[in-house]
Amino acid sequence: MPKTRNILTLTDKKLLALEKKANEIRQDVLRMLEHAGSGHSAGPLGLADIFTALYFHILKHDPKKPNWKERDRLLLSCGHVVPIRYATMAHAGYFPKSELMTLRQFGSRLQGHPEITRLPGLENTSGPLGDGSPQSAGMAYVAKMNKLPWHTYCVMSDGELEAGITWEAAMFAGKNNLHNLTWIIDRNNIQIDGYTEDIMPLEPLADKFAAFNFHVIEIDGHNIREFVDACRYAQSIFESPTVIIAHTTPGKGVGFMEFDPVWHGKTPKDKTELNKALKELRTLGGKIESEVE
Amino acid sequence: MLVRSWKNPKSLLQIPTRNGYGDGLVEAGKKDPNLMVICADLTESTRTEAFKEAFPDRFIQFGVAEQAMAAVGAGMALAGKTVFITSYACFSPGRNWEQIRTTGCLQKTNLKIAGAHAGISVGPDGATHQMTEDIALMRVLPEMTVLIPCDAIETKKATVAAAKINGPAYIRFAREKSPVFTTESAKFEIGKAQVLRKGNDVAIIGCGPLVYECLMAAEELAKSGIEARVINNSSIKPMDEKTILKAARECGAIVTVEEAQAAAGMGGAVCELVSSEYPVPVERVGLQDEFGQSGKPAELLEHYKLTAPWIVKAVRKVIKKK
Repeated sequence: MPKTRNILTLTDKKLLALEKKANEIRQDVLRMLEHAGSGHSAGPLGLADIFTALYFHILKHDPKKPNWKERDRLLLSCGHVVPIRYATMAHAGYFPKSELMTLRQFGSRLQGHPEITRLPGLENTSGPLGDGSPQSAGMAYVAKMNKLPWHTYCVMSDGELEAGITWEAAMFAGKNNLHNLTWIIDRNNIQIDGYTEDIMPLEPLADKFAAFNFHVIEIDGHNIREFVDACRYAQSIFESPTVIIAHTTPGKGVGFMEFDPVWHGKTPKDKTELNKALKELRTLGGKIESEVE
Repeated sequence: MLVRSWKNPKSLLQIPTRNGYGDGLVEAGKKDPNLMVICADLTESTRTEAFKEAFPDRFIQFGVAEQAMAAVGAGMALAGKTVFITSYACFSPGRNWEQIRTTGCLQKTNLKIAGAHAGISVGPDGATHQMTEDIALMRVLPEMTVLIPCDAIETKKATVAAAKINGPAYIRFAREKSPVFTTESAKFEIGKAQVLRKGNDVAIIGCGPLVYECLMAAEELAKSGIEARVINNSSIKPMDEKTILKAARECGAIVTVEEAQAAAGMGGAVCELVSSEYPVPVERVGLQDEFGQSGKPAELLEHYKLTAPWIVKAVRKVIKKK
C-alpha cells in the first residue's frame, strides 16, 4: 500500500498480481450483488481493473487511517457502481470482507449508493449523477491553494457526462489549471436505457474535454499498465487538469453480461446464474481449468 | 433590542439586508482563515465585493453556474473550508436544490447558501427574479439551518453565526432598503426568537424586513385596544418552539408574516408546531399560491397584501376565531 508519492513504475510481477486481484474482486462483486438482489452489475465489473490499480498501486492511502490528512482523494461520482469500490476497499483492508454481504441491507454501512457519513474511507456521497466532478474540483482547488501534498481523482461514468453540471465543473477546473486533479471516465458506452450514442451522443468526447482546457489521455481501461502509465503522465502535467478516458467493456469478464445494456442495472438472479458467472471468471472464460466448481 | 426611535420610521436608517451579509462575511472572514466565498457573477449586488477586496485569495468568481458552485463549495468544505456560496435566491437555492441536498445536507458539510434578492420586493425585475419558494425548499431539508434576519444589523449577526455552526445553513436577504430597527447589542442566537413587543391578545410572528410591518401593525391595533405580541422569528430552523408555544398559550391566536409563499414557509412551520402541541387559530400573511410581477417594491408589497394594514386585517380576522 503506497504511503508516499508513488513513482508509479510497474513490474511485470506486480502487474500479474494486480490482474489476479482484479479477478478476485470481480468475483466478490458478483457474490455481493446476487446476495443483495438489486444493484448494477456491468459498471462495477468494467471498473475492476481501474479500482484495483488505484487502491493497490496508485493511491497514497492507509486503510488503517482513512482520515489521514495527506491521503490522495478518490471520489466516486457515479455512485451506482459503488460495489466495486466496497469490494476493493475490503480487499485493501478498510473493513472485513464478510461485511460485503451486508450491501444494501438495513443498518449496513454499505448503502446502495455510498454515503460518506456512514463508511470511513469514502470521500463523497454520490448517486445523483454529476455531483462528483465538481466536488473533486473543489477539493483540488483547496489542495492547490494551500499547497497540500495530495492528488485528487474522480471516477465518473460516461452517461453522467450528459448532466450539465459536469461541464460547469470542467470550466472551473480548466480556468484554475487544477493540475492536481485527474478525472477517470468509465467509457463503456452504455447507460440504463441503451447505448450512450443512441440516448445522447457524447462523441467527440476527447475533443470536448480538450476544448475545456483538459489534458486528455485515452486508454484501454482493462490494460492496467496503460492506466498506471496514464496516471503517472497526469501527475507530470502542470498546465491543466487531466482526464483519462478509459475505454471499458461493461460486464467485463462475464461473457453473457459483456456489452449488454440489460446488465447495467441488473444482478445475477440466483445462485445458478451467479455460479455460471463465477466459473467464467475463475477459468478466464474457459481458457484455463478451475480447481473448484 | 429595538432602537429607541423605532416607532418613527422616518428617523430610522434605511439599509438593505444584503449589506449586512457583506459586512458579516468580512467579520467572519477575519475570525476564520478557512472561510471562503464563492459568487456566481453577482459580486456587487450580493455585497460579496467587500470580502473579495479584504481576502482576494479566499474569494472565487464562479460565473453563472449555480449547480457546480454548490458542489464545488461542498468539495472545498470536505477539504476543511467553510464556504459561502452566493447568488440570487431564485438561482441558489432555486436552481441547485439537489446539489444542496446531496453535497450539503446528506454529507453534513459546512456549505452555507446565501440567497440574495429574495421576495417580491426585488421589484421591477419581475416574477422570474422574485424568489418566494426558498423557505419551503430549504426548511424541508434534514440538517439544514434556515435564517431570515429582519434588518441589516441582524443579517450581519446571522452571517457570523452561520459561519460558526457545523453543517449547512441557508441565509436569506433582500435587495431593497429597509428600516434598521434592531440594536447592535441585541443578541442573535440560532434557535432563538425575540419578543419585540409585549401583548397577550394576539401574536404576530414575522421574519425578514416585514417584521417592521408587524411592529407598525401592532401599534395600529393598540389604538383600538388590541395588544399584539410581536415576535421576530428569524431562526426558522431550528425554530424557537418554546417562545412560539408560549405565545400560542398566552395569546390564543397567531398571525404569521413573510415575504414568501404562505404555504410551507415560516408560517407553515409555525402551524406544524402549534397544531400538534397547542392548536390555536393561525392566519398566514404571505403570497397566496401566486407569483409576483414587475412593479415598485412598495406597490408590490401593498398589492400582495403584505403591509401593516393587511396584517391588521389578518389580526382582526384571527381574533374572531379565538
